[in-house]
Amino acid sequence: MPGAAIEIENLTKDYPYGFLHLKKRRSLEGLTMQVEDGEVFGFLGPNGAGKSTTIKLLVGLIFPEAGTARILGKPISDIEMHRSIGYLPEQPYFYDYLTAAEVLDYFARFHDLSAADRRERVAKMLKKVGLETAGKIQLRKYSKGMLQRVGLAQAILHDPQVVILDEPMSGLDPIGRREVRDIILELKREGRTILFSTHILSDAEMLCDRVGVIVSGKLRGVGAPEEIVGVAAQGMEILFELPKTAANTAAIIAKATKTGDRYRWKVAEGELYAALEELRSSGAKVLSVAQVKPSLEEYFMHLIEAGRAQAAAVEVSGK
Amino acid sequence: MRRAGVVALNTFREAVRDRVLYNLVFFALLMIVSAIFVGEISIGVEEMVIKSLGLSAISVIGLLIAVFIGVGLVSKEMDKRTLYALLAKPVRRWEFLLGKFGGLVLTLAVNTLAMAVGLFAALWYVKQHLESFDAVLLVAIYFILLKLMLVVALALLFSCYSTPLLAILYTTAFYVAGLFVEDMRTFHSATTGEGASALPRILSYLLPNFENFDVMAAAAHGRAIPAALILQNTAYAAVYCAIVLLIAVAVFSKRNLK
Amino acid sequence: MNATRPLNVALLILLPLGFAGAWRLQQGIDGQRAAMHQERDDVVLRSGKLVKVLSLEYAPLLADVYWTRVVQYYGGKHARQDGDLELLWPLLDVTTTLDPDLLVAYRFGSTFLSEPPPRGAGHPELGIRLLERGIRANPNYWRFYEDLGFIYYFDMKDYAKASAAFEEGSKNPDAQIWMKVMAAKIATEGESLTTSIFLWNDVYQTTKDPQVKENALLHLHLLKAEQDCQQIDALSAEYEKRTGRKAARVSELVQAGILRRVPVDPAGYPYVIGPDGKAALNLNSPLLEQQLLQQNTK
Repeated sequence: MPGAAIEIENLTKDYPYGFLHLKKRRSLEGLTMQVEDGEVFGFLGPNGAGKSTTIKLLVGLIFPEAGTARILGKPISDIEMHRSIGYLPEQPYFYDYLTAAEVLDYFARFHDLSAADRRERVAKMLKKVGLETAGKIQLRKYSKGMLQRVGLAQAILHDPQVVILDEPMSGLDPIGRREVRDIILELKREGRTILFSTHILSDAEMLCDRVGVIVSGKLRGVGAPEEIVGVAAQGMEILFELPKTAANTAAIIAKATKTGDRYRWKVAEGELYAALEELRSSGAKVLSVAQVKPSLEEYFMHLIEAGRAQAAAVEVSGK
Repeated sequence: MRRAGVVALNTFREAVRDRVLYNLVFFALLMIVSAIFVGEISIGVEEMVIKSLGLSAISVIGLLIAVFIGVGLVSKEMDKRTLYALLAKPVRRWEFLLGKFGGLVLTLAVNTLAMAVGLFAALWYVKQHLESFDAVLLVAIYFILLKLMLVVALALLFSCYSTPLLAILYTTAFYVAGLFVEDMRTFHSATTGEGASALPRILSYLLPNFENFDVMAAAAHGRAIPAALILQNTAYAAVYCAIVLLIAVAVFSKRNLK
Repeated sequence: MNATRPLNVALLILLPLGFAGAWRLQQGIDGQRAAMHQERDDVVLRSGKLVKVLSLEYAPLLADVYWTRVVQYYGGKHARQDGDLELLWPLLDVTTTLDPDLLVAYRFGSTFLSEPPPRGAGHPELGIRLLERGIRANPNYWRFYEDLGFIYYFDMKDYAKASAAFEEGSKNPDAQIWMKVMAAKIATEGESLTTSIFLWNDVYQTTKDPQVKENALLHLHLLKAEQDCQQIDALSAEYEKRTGRKAARVSELVQAGILRRVPVDPAGYPYVIGPDGKAALNLNSPLLEQQLLQQNTK
C-alpha cells in the first residue's frame, strides 16, 4: 500500500477584509485529504475556491487558522521539509535583472549542493525545459511561456520528491501547455508525487490519477476522474462526412448534428453497428467513433449549481 | 546564516545592476567637484568648505539610496511575487531579512567608499598633500555609514508591512525626528521655563538619535574625535539596529503573503 | 505557527533590554559630545538666508528650534562660566531671519549681545543691528525702541541717541508714558542712578525670560548697592560734620545714632567703609566680584 506523500487534516484559513480588516471570509474550511506517493493529483475548482490557498498553506506562504498538514511525514511548519518539495507559484515572476542561468543558480544555492553539482544541474534543467539558448538573456526579455518554464526548472532543480504546481498551464498557448504536460508526465515516470491546481478540466482528465474538487472553500469530491463523474458511458458518437455520391442521406442527416462539413450522430452503445451499417450503405465517410462520457465539466457545473448545499466531502473508493 | 549571505549577495548584485545607483553616485562626485569651486570663492576656508560639502554630499546621497532602495527591499519582492518561489526553499524568513539588510549595507559601504575616495581626491587636488588631521574625515564617514545602517534597518522594517510610499514617509519621519531628539529634551524647558515633562524626555531616549553621528564641525576643523565616542556610536548603532531588525523579523514571520 | 511562541518570548525580553542598552549608550554619547563642545557651527549653514530657503514653509518651526538652541547655548556657556559667546550672533541671525516676528529673540539677543563679558558677548553694535532688524519687521512693537535706548544708554553711553530712541518709541500709542519722560530726562541729565534703576526695573518686571530676569536683578542689586553706598557716604559726611572726624567703620555711624543699624547689601552682607573713606561692598559679598567686572569694562 503506497504511503501518503501529502496528508492534510482539517486545514482552515480565514481572510480578513473590509474596514480595519475586521471582517473575515472563510476561504478554506476543514480540508481533509491525502495525496498518495507517486500519484498525480489534480486540484480542481472555480477561481477563488481555495486551491491556491491550500497550496500556499502547504508551502508556508500563509498560516492556517486551524488544522495541520504533513509532507513526507514532516509537518509544514518544519523548514527542512522544504528540501523535498518543489513549488511553482501562480504566474511566476523572477528577478528581471538576472538571466535564467543566474536565477536557477541563485535558487540552487539554498540547497546544499556543491558548486560543480549546481552548475551541472542548472545546465541540465535549462536543457530539460528547452531554455538552453536563452539561458544568458535577462529575464526581463522573456515571454510568459518562457517564465513559466524557468519556474518549472527552479521547482525541480533540486530533485524533489514532491512537486507542487499552482496553475502551471495558465496563460500558455497550446504548445506551451503540451510541453508542461509532457514534463509532468516525465516527472511521474521518475516516481515523484505531483500536486497541481487548474481550472482546465481537460488537462486534469488527461493527466491525473485522482482529482479533488473544491468549491467555496470546501472539498466536494475526491477520486479518479472517471469515478468521480460516477456514471458509465452514455453511448457512442460517430463523426462522419457525406460526399456528393452519398444516397438516402435525409434520414441520417435528421438524426445528426451538422458542424461545417461534418456530422455527429449519437447512438446508444447497442445500436452502434446498425448505425454504422446504415452509414456504410449510404456511402458516408466515417471519420471516428468515440465514447460519450459525461465530462468532468458537466459534473463540475452540477456541483457549482448545487454549491450552496452543505454536502460533506465524499471520498469515492480509491483506485 | 550562509543562506542569509546568499540573499545578501543577490541584493548587492541587484543594486549594482540598477542604473539609478550610478546616477546618484555620479551626482555625489559632481557635488564634491563643485565644492572645489565654491571653496575658491571664500579664501582661507577652502578646505573647510570642501570637507563640509563633501561630507554633506556623501550623507545625502547615502540617505537617498538607503531610503529608496531600503523601502523596496521586502515590499518589492512581495509585490512582484519573487518571494513566493524563494520562501518555498529551505530558507527561514529571518535569514531572508538579514540577507536583504546585509546586501544593502554592503552596497552602501561600497558606494560610500567610492565617494570617500572622490572626496580625498578633491582634497589632494586643492591641498597637494594630506595631513594627519585629515584622518578625522574617515571617522566622520564611518559615522555616516553607521547612520545609514540604522536608516536601512528602519526602511526594512517598514518595507515589511507597508506600501513603498508609506514606508518612505515613515522612514523619513523617523529620520527627521531623530535629528531633533536633543532639542526635544530641552525644547520644553526653554519655552515654559519649567523642567521638561517626562513624556518628551522618555521619547527622546527611545527614538533613534541620529544627531550622535553628526561630527561635521569637528571634521571640518580637523579636531580629533575621541575613541570612546567611536566605540559608543558603534555600539549604539549595533544595539538599535538589532532592536529594529528584531521587530522586523517578528512582523515578517507572521505575515501572510497575499 | 510554531515559530511564534519562542519569538514572542524573545521579543518580550530582548526589546526592553535593547532599549535600555540604547538609553545607557545614549547618555554616554551625550557626555562625550558635550566634552567635545559640539556647537553645531556648520560653515554653510551660518547663512540665515540659506537656511530660510532650505526650510521652505517650516521656517517658523525651524526658528523655534534655533531659538531653543540660542537659549541652550547661552545657558550652557553661562553655567560653565565660559565667556566665549562667539556663536551667539550667528544663531540669533539665523533665528530672526527664519522668523522675523519672533519678538523674544530680539529682546534676549539685544540684552546678551550688548552686555560686556562674561555675561554677554560684548558687542553692542550687533545688538543694535539686531534691534534695527526687529524694528523693520515689527514697526509697531515699541519695546524695541526701549531696548535700543537701553543699549545706547548703558553700553554705548551715547545719551543723545538713547534719548532719541526713547522719544521715537514714545510716539507709539501703546507706549507707556514714562518713555517720553525718559527721553527728556536722559537728554538733560545723561546717566543717572534713578534712570538706570527705573530702566532695569522695567525690564525685570516685564520680561518672561528667566535668563533676562536674572540678569536684570543682578543689575538692580548692583545699582541698589551703589545707591546705598551713596547714602552711607552722605551720612558719613554728616557724621564728620558732627564729630569732626571721618568714620572708619559703619558701626560708628550706628553708635552715633545716625543709622539705626548696619545696612546690608541685597546679597545680605553688611556694607563696610573702605580705606578711602567711602562706603563699599563687603569683601565677602558675591556682588563685589560682579561690581569689579563691571568697572573693569568701563
